[in-house]
Amino acid sequence: MTHLEQMVPHGHVLRYTFRERLNHWVAAGSYLYLMLTGLAFWSPWLFWIAAIFGGGPVSRMLHPWVGLIFTGAVTYMFGMWHKQMRFTEVDRQWWKSLHYYITNEDDKMPPAGRYNAGQKLLFWSFFFGALVLFLSGLVLWFTDYLPWSLRWLRYIAVILHPAAALVTIGNFMIHVYMGVFAERGAFGSVIRGDVSMAFAKRYHPGWYEEIVGTDTQK
Amino acid sequence: MSQATLRIQKMSAHAGSIPGEDTQRLPTVAKLIDTTTCIGCKACEVACMEWNDLPFGKTVFDNSYQTMPDTRWNYWNLILFNEHERENGDMMLLMRKHQCMHCAEPGCLEACPADGAIVQYTNGVVDFQQDHCIGCGYCITGCPFNVPKLNSVTKRVYKCTLCTDRISEGLEPACIKSCPTGCLHFGTKEDMLQLAGERATQLRDHFGYDKAGVYDPPGVGGTGVIYVLHDASKPELYGGLPSNPSIPLAVKFWKKPLKWLGNLAIVGGLVGLFVHYLRFGPKPREDQDTTGVQP
Repeated sequence: MTHLEQMVPHGHVLRYTFRERLNHWVAAGSYLYLMLTGLAFWSPWLFWIAAIFGGGPVSRMLHPWVGLIFTGAVTYMFGMWHKQMRFTEVDRQWWKSLHYYITNEDDKMPPAGRYNAGQKLLFWSFFFGALVLFLSGLVLWFTDYLPWSLRWLRYIAVILHPAAALVTIGNFMIHVYMGVFAERGAFGSVIRGDVSMAFAKRYHPGWYEEIVGTDTQK
Repeated sequence: MSQATLRIQKMSAHAGSIPGEDTQRLPTVAKLIDTTTCIGCKACEVACMEWNDLPFGKTVFDNSYQTMPDTRWNYWNLILFNEHERENGDMMLLMRKHQCMHCAEPGCLEACPADGAIVQYTNGVVDFQQDHCIGCGYCITGCPFNVPKLNSVTKRVYKCTLCTDRISEGLEPACIKSCPTGCLHFGTKEDMLQLAGERATQLRDHFGYDKAGVYDPPGVGGTGVIYVLHDASKPELYGGLPSNPSIPLAVKFWKKPLKWLGNLAIVGGLVGLFVHYLRFGPKPREDQDTTGVQP
């Protein structure tokens, strides 16, 4: 994509293409279902959630299939973004300045690129989380087909599956908080695709420079 | 299916108190299996299928007297055969009637995520409630004896009920009823332990089985099925009976520390984010631009 094509009217810039947005929401929708039905199986106090999704047996039956959709979406996302998600020297400095980010003093942050270090961490935790969840999920899906001699696989899976899920839930909570509540303009960008130039410059100065730096129409 | 005449003392994945907890005083019951007088006739296998109205399936011949390699969702009671060579060169055919052990601390119940799908009655019997089962198979992971079996069509697990429908009416389980040698006994756990102890003493004192003993593993809080073995030091010889069974460490870790750690992290995270919003609020509005670029 050329820099000119990223420009949309009214001083806005295209942050997420249709392909990226659709992929994001397939992953988000399937993840939400997996997290909620998973929480129903996690705690007796949350078992009522399963009733919302058609009851315990239906939730148990659909959970692995939706898991395949989620795994597919994350795999596609990996193919799309993994090169942009490599940690750089700026990211290392970004981590050191994390306290400024938390206290909303973004002007004191090192210039992040299209993704800041936190977003990159979110990406990788979801990628590896999905990998572990997929593999341990396969064991739990076909648990009754495993012979008694391979029962250690079940023991590993019942630990890894919830542990990996908890890691993703932690990241998910921060992600939703940032995208919906803390960073105004972020939620719209993953729906409509564009952000204002001000947004781009404030939160992703490196990316902003990349777009407008060589562009005559800034 | 649940038995109205029996009250429940433990229930899987139940939020809050157990409806029947401490409301009834029943003696804990137990089945005693004396492997030294079992002749492997399989009357108990047939009686189990007859009483529980289980459909017939194909048997598997594997160069032994055993009916099939393992129990099935619709075959709850199986005698495991082992041709064992003793130290003096004699051959022994070890036979153990294998079924649910009805643990005092059941790993299946611990692992189950479905409310009330696995219950333990006040008499100690562990029973699956298929109408509450969600078919996840976690009980298979929780069981140290490889007992629960999943019906792959209905996605429900099944196992021996200790003929709950019979014993709640004062009858002995079907397998006990059918045993022609009297190697199977049924009664209170206390009585069965005494009977088993006496038999083990007899085997040691008069039959030359120095290591004869009673199998009532403490790792699962004792079981509702106890065995008299010729050699209690090697229960593995009897179709892989574990010498010191307990709820798998992974299941214990998952259901206790990991669960509490996870719950704490989730609630702590939610509170933390909310407090952050109260303290710092959202990042500045786009029109409050400090970068010199028009929105």
